[in-house]
Amino acid sequence: MGGPSRSETVLDAADAVVAAHAAEWRSLVGGLIRLTGDWELAEECAQDAFARALERWPRDGVPDRPGAWLATTARNRALDRLRRSTVEVRKTEQAASRAVVDAPPAAPAGPLDDELSLIFTCCHPALGMESRVALTLHAVGGLTTAEIARAFIVPVRTMTQRLFRARRKIRDAAIPFRVPGADQLAERLDGVLAVLYLVFNEGYHATGGASLSRVMLTREAIRLAAIVAELLPDEPEAQGLLALMELHDARRASRVDPVGDIVPLDVQDRARWDRPRIERAAGRLDGAVARGRPGPYQLQAAIAACHAVAADADDTDWAQIALLYGRLRDFVPSPVVELNRAVAVAMADGPAAGLPIIESLMAIDALPGYHLLPAARADLLRRLARWDEAAEAYRDAVALVANDAERRFLERRLAEVVAMEHGC
Amino acid sequence: MRYMLLICTDPEAPSDPPGVPDINEWVDQMDRRHVRQMGEQLAPSSAATTVRVRDGKTLLTDGPFAETKEQICGFDVIECADLDEAIAVAAQHPMAWEGRVEVRPFWTPPTPS
Repeated sequence: MGGPSRSETVLDAADAVVAAHAAEWRSLVGGLIRLTGDWELAEECAQDAFARALERWPRDGVPDRPGAWLATTARNRALDRLRRSTVEVRKTEQAASRAVVDAPPAAPAGPLDDELSLIFTCCHPALGMESRVALTLHAVGGLTTAEIARAFIVPVRTMTQRLFRARRKIRDAAIPFRVPGADQLAERLDGVLAVLYLVFNEGYHATGGASLSRVMLTREAIRLAAIVAELLPDEPEAQGLLALMELHDARRASRVDPVGDIVPLDVQDRARWDRPRIERAAGRLDGAVARGRPGPYQLQAAIAACHAVAADADDTDWAQIALLYGRLRDFVPSPVVELNRAVAVAMADGPAAGLPIIESLMAIDALPGYHLLPAARADLLRRLARWDEAAEAYRDAVALVANDAERRFLERRLAEVVAMEHGC
Repeated sequence: MRYMLLICTDPEAPSDPPGVPDINEWVDQMDRRHVRQMGEQLAPSSAATTVRVRDGKTLLTDGPFAETKEQICGFDVIECADLDEAIAVAAQHPMAWEGRVEVRPFWTPPTPS
């Protein structure tokens, strides 16, 4: 007999299980939740099905339709477990009747519906943010409790409790398992995107002693954002968020130095940026923007794209960035956005143009205790050669800064302007 | 699914904000839809007495069990399909605009799996 050797079969089967996990996990869990109404049971039975696949597929061969094999295996396991526990008789009946009711031949709830229902329910605003994040990574992402605990640097026990409480609230408060109606979709999608962006930032801003498990959050957030973008192709903000994440992540190799300090954008080695990925993300963003429904993620992605396509800091279209920050301010009325606009205006039209924006922020004490406000003011004053005022602003910034690397940078600049002040 | 709406005052909330719904209309509408099963307004918490029995002795305290600026001033029992519907019902209550409304499901015995 020809055909692959046994070790090849085993490898192929293991690959097939990994591929099936990436492709089928969410619809499998979603379908089981719809069937049983029991989140914990659904997630456990889905895990069981993959464990069984790892056992069987190398021996019996990969089934023609892996998804169907997994769904049947998981479903049988779930119904078996419900049947076995005698106190659960009523639930089995419910599940059985639900299975009949939910699967009329005319309008079956498709796997896509199950996936979206899963995502929207995990990110339901009646759950606390920590619960939403944990549940999304666990139920949607298929990460283990231990992996999520490591990534958020909490004990496994804490994460187990968090997941338990989240599932219990869904059950006790009857948080529905469904895709929100058209009138609610935009608002609820914002909530989903906020969870994914938070996960991304948790991983992205992990530096220094950052463990790989935190960096994994970035990858996971991008993967989940890609799934949401694919499931909701007509939602420009979902596309915008994915583009934003891709644009940031494409610069990953150059944004931290070997010691773990953040390298500012203007001195990053742009040769190390992932150009094809930037191109793809910019293309995705263009497609989203063309729909004419702007939003904060599209605008932030557009700003990131301005930086990403520029050959260097001088080549950057600062006027466009200043304009985009102005539009972002309409969606996110935050003094941090206004501070960024001031910096962009100063780059586009000179430091004297940016200074009044920063000073009006200071006049209303918009960012108390925020070192970047005096630091930005100091930088503009330095560029205007107003040395004594610059020195004072640097001293204000040094008094507020918490990060050692940033303090070293500010103190170096302070020494420079003091030297200039005294005419050295 | 039954939920209790605990209606609570909030000194920080705006009084009579524009667009605030009318309580009588809310009651009529929720009764008509068979959402609202019962509900009452309560006397101010200065009229409350808190009762504890410790070591067989009945101990009384003048006032509510938690001395807070917010006061529970009423309740409604509603029957809804799920939490989303209950939230929508609560959001139409005038006290969600001028105070706060806690949406609390009734206890259902756990079904261990």
